[in-house]
Amino acid sequence: MTSHPKKSWRSAEARAALLFLAPGLSVVGVFFLIPVASAFLLAFTDFDIYALADAHNVRIVGLSNFAGLLKNPVFWTALRNTLFFVLVGGPLTVLVSLSAALLLDAKTARWKGFFRTVYFAPFVTTLVAVATVFRFLYHPRFGLLNQFLRVLHVPAVDWLGDPRWAMPAIVILAVWKNFGYNMIVFIAGLQNIPESLYEAARLDGAGAWRRFRHITVPMLAPTFLFVGVITMIGYFQLFAEPYVMTRGGPLNATLSMALFMYQQGFRWWNMGYSAAIAFCLFLLILSATIVQFLLQRTRRA
Amino acid sequence: MRRRPGIFVNLVLVAGAAVTLVPLVWMISASFMPSGQANSEPPVLLPSPPTLANYVTLFTRMNVARNFGNSLVLALTVTAGSLLFNSMAGYAFAKLRFAGRDRLFGVLIAALAIPVQIAMLPLFLIVKSLGLVNSLWGVIVPGLSGIFGIFLIRQYARSIPDEMLEAARLDGAGEFRIYRKIVLPLLRPILVTLALFTFLGSWNDFLWPLVVLTDDSRYTLPVALANLVGEHVQDTELMMAGSVLTVLPVLILFLVLQRYYVQGIMMGSVKE
Repeated sequence: MTSHPKKSWRSAEARAALLFLAPGLSVVGVFFLIPVASAFLLAFTDFDIYALADAHNVRIVGLSNFAGLLKNPVFWTALRNTLFFVLVGGPLTVLVSLSAALLLDAKTARWKGFFRTVYFAPFVTTLVAVATVFRFLYHPRFGLLNQFLRVLHVPAVDWLGDPRWAMPAIVILAVWKNFGYNMIVFIAGLQNIPESLYEAARLDGAGAWRRFRHITVPMLAPTFLFVGVITMIGYFQLFAEPYVMTRGGPLNATLSMALFMYQQGFRWWNMGYSAAIAFCLFLLILSATIVQFLLQRTRRA
Repeated sequence: MRRRPGIFVNLVLVAGAAVTLVPLVWMISASFMPSGQANSEPPVLLPSPPTLANYVTLFTRMNVARNFGNSLVLALTVTAGSLLFNSMAGYAFAKLRFAGRDRLFGVLIAALAIPVQIAMLPLFLIVKSLGLVNSLWGVIVPGLSGIFGIFLIRQYARSIPDEMLEAARLDGAGEFRIYRKIVLPLLRPILVTLALFTFLGSWNDFLWPLVVLTDDSRYTLPVALANLVGEHVQDTELMMAGSVLTVLPVLILFLVLQRYYVQGIMMGSVKE
């Protein structure tokens, strides 16, 4: 075989690759990568409703959007609410997911396929629709949750009307909606652990808890990292739940960063200011992701 | 003695399933209740008598068929586009050799971690400059291709044996013919998965359609439902009928094709 024809195939291949990539990469470039890059620029301008009408009205204002944010107590409220949702809702979701996966992975469990389907179903449902349903489940007088609590003689809670309970109520919805996804990932991780490890441990007289602690948990480390990062990134973007259930209330108790960004950008058209919020959210997600990777590494070392 | 843990495990599984299903079952049940029945004390769990009145109201007074149609057109168009574009790009990244391939793919994967909300403000300005605000196209076009879809196809396409493609090239088949006649049939399972992900994703999407669409008549179902909740918050049964209408299509689609869905999650979670 001579090398010449092979070479011409190669260049034909590269040309074909260009054609195959062009449509997909154009869409990703024009409608995602370029907007992401421009979002950073936007954050340093005073782009507002006047600029929307005539782009000549845009001025570069340096860091003043960020300075304004730091002075705005609503920003700090949104930040605190978002962190609460991520730091409470995230671990809770992972915990419920892992428990469900362990139960479904148990040898004694029956109708595994059925239970897996049921547990996963909430994940594919439309968030706006189930948030509407939960809004009524949380009704202080007629909601099923409070009617159930009444049977147990627990005093009624005004779930979405009480600033102390509104965010926990949204966390409950999020756990219900999302645990099925992580559960599937955990099941896959559990099935990859060789049975021989457990048998060896059993021969050494290790009980169920020690087998879990010293085999299951370390073997699942990569799964924990994946699940942790995916859940966290998703939870930082909390939006539809408060939009549908509380509009950020009561007293801004459920105002998230994304909802704050939406209100500033698309209701008041303060797009420069809104881009600064998006920028902060991005930095937050980025640093939290890096922290998770670092934690994982130190744990392994 | 050994029976006990089995009973315990299965009891917890049943209890968990009950808790998981309550919101969905109640939603369906309340959607068939006459007006006011969902707000009773003690609670009425089954509609008596069951009525279709809420659905009739949705389709006549609220004209929800239009919103249903919008959601369907959106989800189907985005799915068709992303199947074509992502399969072409994913295949190219997996199997075609060109300079800088892996570096380019690495850049895309890094960008996968950027939340879409960051892009949203400039994206709105781009869509506005294209004159697509308040048009379904403004919602469709940005969704026609995505990094995750390209990634999913690429992972799967890597398993296609190179010898097969080389043999076709020796037979004189052009690259596009190879893609259509050899690659696409082999990618079939992952294409079903991608179609399912994309359809569900754009059907359920809320924030971007909310931003782009401004007229009631252009709303997708989730946007119309959120709007309805704002206006008719007292009418629980009507809201539940709207929720059922929104959730049922994706739930049925998932139940029929869940094997592909689960497979996709497992592929997405497997690291390089």
